[in-house]
Amino acid sequence: MKQIYMDHHATTPVDPRVLDAMLPYFTEQFGNSSSNTHEYGHKARIAVEEARSKVADLIGAASPDEIIFTSGATEADNLAIKGSARANRDKKKRNIVTIPIEHKAVLDPLKSLKKEGIETRFAKIDSYGVIDIDHFKSLIDENTILISIQAANSEIGTLQPINEIGAIAREKDIHFHCDAVQALGRKDVNVKQDHIDMLAISAHKMYGPKGIGALYIRKGIRLSPIMDGGGHERGMRSGTLNVPGIVGLGKAAEIAKTEIATENPRLLELRNRLAKGIKDRVDSAQLNGHPTQRLPNNLNYAFSYVEGESIILACRDFALSTGSACTSASLQSSYVLKALGVPDSLAHCSLRFGLGKNNTEEHIDILLDQLEKGVKRLRDMSPLYDMAKEGVDIEKMQWSDHHE
Amino acid sequence: MDVWDEYSEKVMQHYENPRNVGIAENANGVGVVGNPSCGDVMKLTIRVEDGKIADVKFKTFGCGAAIATSSMVTEMVKGKTLDEAIHITNKSVMEALGGLPKIKKHCSVLAEDALRAAIEDYRKNSQEE
Repeated sequence: MKQIYMDHHATTPVDPRVLDAMLPYFTEQFGNSSSNTHEYGHKARIAVEEARSKVADLIGAASPDEIIFTSGATEADNLAIKGSARANRDKKKRNIVTIPIEHKAVLDPLKSLKKEGIETRFAKIDSYGVIDIDHFKSLIDENTILISIQAANSEIGTLQPINEIGAIAREKDIHFHCDAVQALGRKDVNVKQDHIDMLAISAHKMYGPKGIGALYIRKGIRLSPIMDGGGHERGMRSGTLNVPGIVGLGKAAEIAKTEIATENPRLLELRNRLAKGIKDRVDSAQLNGHPTQRLPNNLNYAFSYVEGESIILACRDFALSTGSACTSASLQSSYVLKALGVPDSLAHCSLRFGLGKNNTEEHIDILLDQLEKGVKRLRDMSPLYDMAKEGVDIEKMQWSDHHE
Repeated sequence: MDVWDEYSEKVMQHYENPRNVGIAENANGVGVVGNPSCGDVMKLTIRVEDGKIADVKFKTFGCGAAIATSSMVTEMVKGKTLDEAIHITNKSVMEALGGLPKIKKHCSVLAEDALRAAIEDYRKNSQEE
C-alpha cells in the first residue's frame, strides 16, 4: 500500500491543473522570455507576465511589477535580507529584528551577515511560539534596517500577528519582510492590509512545482541584488527565467486564491477531528504550538515516554515527520521546540502532522487507529512510562551522557 | 526519512516483534543507560543463576533501531555465561541485525552499555551478599 501523505509542510504534490498549465512551456512554447525578436520569446513573456499577475493577486500586491521570481523561498529570503543589508551599507550600525523560530532560510543569512557587521536581535516568544510584542518593540531602534517575521511556523503551525507587526514597522518606518511560505493558500495574507514590504513565496508548498518561488518587493523599496548577470527581473534577479516553473507558480497561486475559502474550513475540520481523536484516545499527548492561533493544517504533539521515530514506524501507512531531527547526524532535537522551552526529552517524543488537499476523514480515522495502538505498544515497552507511573520525575533523574 | 530504506528487514522484525520485553522475574542485575534528552533510554534486567543468564528482559525508550538492538542483545545473551556475555559488543549486535544506518550506530553502543551495566550490577550485588 502506498503511504498516505501527511507531511504537507515539507512539500505538496503538484496539482494536476498546475502540471497541465506547465507542460506546453517545456516543449512547443519553450521560448526564452527575454528573446524579443520572435514569437517564441513573445509567448513565453506573455505567460510569465500572466503568472506574475496571478501571484500579485494572491497576496494583494498593488502591481505585478512588485513580484520578482526566484528559485524558491530560500533565495527570496536571502534576497530580502542580504539585499536590505547591502542596500544600507552606508549606515554605520545596522541591526535586524527577528524571532528565534524563523526558518533556516532566514536565520542562516542573518548569521552570515554578522561578518558584515549586522547584529541580529531576537524578540522573545511565548511558550506557544507567539512573538512578545512589547519586547519586539523594545528591540527596534534607529539602526534597525529590517524586521523579518514569518507568517506561520512550519513545525508547530503557530501564526504570528503579522498585521500588528506590520503596523508597528510602518509606523517606525522600518521595512518588514515576511516569510509567508507556510501560510499561503492556507490562510489569507494581504501585503497591503498587513503592511508588508517584502514577502517570500514558495510554489511547492502550495501544490506548485519545486525550484520556483518569488519575492514581493513593495514599490519604492531599494534592495541590492544577490545574483548578478543579465539584469533580468528589473535587475533584481539575473538568470534566464524558469518559464514552466513560473507558469506553474502562477497557476498554483490562482488555484490557492479561489479555493482557500473552501479548503481552509475543510482542513480545519480535519485538524479538529484529529485533535479530538488524540485527546480522546491517547493520554499524555501534549500539543506543541498554539491551540487556536495556528495553521488549519498543522498539529504537533509530544507523545510523552515514546520516541518520535518509533511512533512514525508504528504509523507506517502514513508519511509523517518528527518535530525532532532525530534522524539527522547531529541527533539534536528541534531548535523550534527548544525555543518554545519544550524540554529535550519531550522534543524527542514529538510528531508533526501536516494535512493537505488529498487528506480525508477516513485518513484521519486510520491514522488514529495506528497512533493509538502504536503509542500504547511503545509505552508498554518504555522504561520512562514505568517511571512516570511510579511517580518518578524523569527531568530530575541523574542520567548518563552518551552522545558526546 | 532515509532510515526507512536503511533499516534491514531484521531490524524491522525486531522493532515490530521485539523479544523479551519487560522486567526479568527475580532479577539480580539491572542496567539503565541513556538519557531521555538524547532520545533513548535502555533498561536491561537479568537473572543470573549458576553463572549463567537464566532470564533477560528489556524496556526501551527510543527509535526503531534502539528497540531492535535491545531486543537483539537479549536474544544473544540468554543462556550465556557471564564470561561469554561480557564479550558481546555493539559490533556483534549490529552484525546480528544485518547492519544499522550509520547515524544509528550509537543505539548498538547503548545496548552494549546496558548489558555491561546489568552484569556489573549483578557482580556488585553478589559481592554484597
